[in-house]
Amino acid sequence: MAAQLIQAAYLIAAILFILSLKALSSPATARRGMFMAEAGMLFAVIGALLDHRIVEYQWILAGFALGTAIGAPMAIFMPMTAMPQRIALSHAFGALAAVLVGVVKYNHELTLGTPSAGFMAAIGFEVLFGALTVTGSLMAFGKLQELIQGAPITYKGQNFVNIGLFFGTLGLFGFLIFNPSLTNLFYAMIVLGLAIGVMIVMPIGGADMPVVVSLLNSYAGLAASATGFAIDNKVLIIAGALDGASGFFLSILMSRAMNRSFANVLFGAVGAAPPPSAAGATEERTVVRYTPEDATFLLENAQSVIIVPGYGMAVAQAQHILAELGDLLTAAGSAVRYAIHPVAGRMPGHMNVLLAEADVPYDVLLEMDHINDDFANTDVVIVVGANDVVNPSARYKKDSPLYGMPILNADKARNIIILKRSLKPGFAGEDNELFYDPKTMMVFGDAKQTLTHMVQQVKKKVAA
Amino acid sequence: MRKLAMVIVVALTALMLVGFTQSVTAPPAAPQVEAAPPATSLFDNLYIFILAGFVGLEVIGRVSPTLHTPLMSATNAISGISLVGSIVAAGASYSLTSSILGFIAVAAATTNVVGGFMITDRMLKMFKRKPARGH
Repeated sequence: MAAQLIQAAYLIAAILFILSLKALSSPATARRGMFMAEAGMLFAVIGALLDHRIVEYQWILAGFALGTAIGAPMAIFMPMTAMPQRIALSHAFGALAAVLVGVVKYNHELTLGTPSAGFMAAIGFEVLFGALTVTGSLMAFGKLQELIQGAPITYKGQNFVNIGLFFGTLGLFGFLIFNPSLTNLFYAMIVLGLAIGVMIVMPIGGADMPVVVSLLNSYAGLAASATGFAIDNKVLIIAGALDGASGFFLSILMSRAMNRSFANVLFGAVGAAPPPSAAGATEERTVVRYTPEDATFLLENAQSVIIVPGYGMAVAQAQHILAELGDLLTAAGSAVRYAIHPVAGRMPGHMNVLLAEADVPYDVLLEMDHINDDFANTDVVIVVGANDVVNPSARYKKDSPLYGMPILNADKARNIIILKRSLKPGFAGEDNELFYDPKTMMVFGDAKQTLTHMVQQVKKKVAA
Repeated sequence: MRKLAMVIVVALTALMLVGFTQSVTAPPAAPQVEAAPPATSLFDNLYIFILAGFVGLEVIGRVSPTLHTPLMSATNAISGISLVGSIVAAGASYSLTSSILGFIAVAAATTNVVGGFMITDRMLKMFKRKPARGH
């Protein structure tokens, strides 16, 4: 009877998880959805606590206490700009749990006799995916937090080392399936998994992080799902598969938005890395420096304004002051909207969260496909800390690393204001000719300071 | 929409059937099963995995791109479901090492569940519609 009750609890949990993700289709229903997911988790935990194999509770309770003590403050105090790091870090936590459960389960199975090949395959996937997700996520965290150099770290023969490591590990895994009692090999496989995680994230640069973070999200889910196979638990399989599908979907979406294949993101950095200075030095082009006052003057008569935010906005923490400028312009009668490129920032949806934090209503945050045709009849575009996503050479310059990437049509607008620190090319190392366009007004400086100036100017005009 | 509903119905039906047959057949079979789970369960589980994966892709394809960051943190919290396995590992008292590893696993998974849901909610609270603000 208890067994059926537990299964029922797991079943309800699985249904609630699916419904909760469905509720994320609109911001209006999303919070209700999260409530369902929380309820689902509660059902699953109650089900697990009723398991007949549990004989003592002190370790479990201590784990709950410690996990809450770490997780809750992190959720409450983490600034929104640190969200990519936090997500990367939490993938490491989830995967760590999967690896440890795998180790415990494996050792327990050994005491009962020789584990079956099916069990070994499941547990092997579990610890491998888990281990590489742990170190991969920690590397991603380090890069996003700038503890490690964000630029790709490459060395000669890197791909050979990685491929060798990968196939070596795969071979070991295959051997282990048929020789389950070789415990040392089991642990060696975990160590190799940890090494793979470091190796695959090391050569990946900051701007490719949206793909990596999504991919690790997928791996964390697959590790959870493999745990479900190993301990024969359906709710783990389902929840893990949902998570895996989500990460997979997002990484495809991100790769597509950068016009790059998975393989290119993962292995592309090796040997490439063109010196960015070379392109800029050969052609000496000049731009006129404008002041925030000039920019404000231009905005005064604008009927329609589109704001294009990029990673620079996140770095300068300029979302609040940007939203204030947007508000003032709206109040003065302009139609103000925001154009969000899928890979702007360091993770999927990064810009949306920051602008939501600054109280920008989500109805004016528009995806690339929905706003791209409107640039042509827009008076002013304000580009805040974005570069590659508005670089027109992506359309026609065949030798450009950006070629083929869908971009925001900022160059089609009547006037363009670009807030930037310097003329430095974006992550792709490609000079942006939009900066030299006669319609473009370059305003150099820290985005937050420039925007503060502009807001003061607009306020003065309104008061006068 | 209809396609999605159909997929969910199919998946859940399969799920319930499997769950039902498992719960009905499992207890009598228990004494003779030793270490290895029965050979059929691997395939049952594969069916569930595949179906759940397709349901996931269908559902997630409809998630508003505005909410992609909350989606990541939500699925992250949900992947804290490893908690279920961790709880058994921590409480089964196989050995002291196992209990300690289980304890760490419970702590790590709980961090994800508690932190993940709290931060997702914190983010979702920020997403507001236009009429909510005036000037």
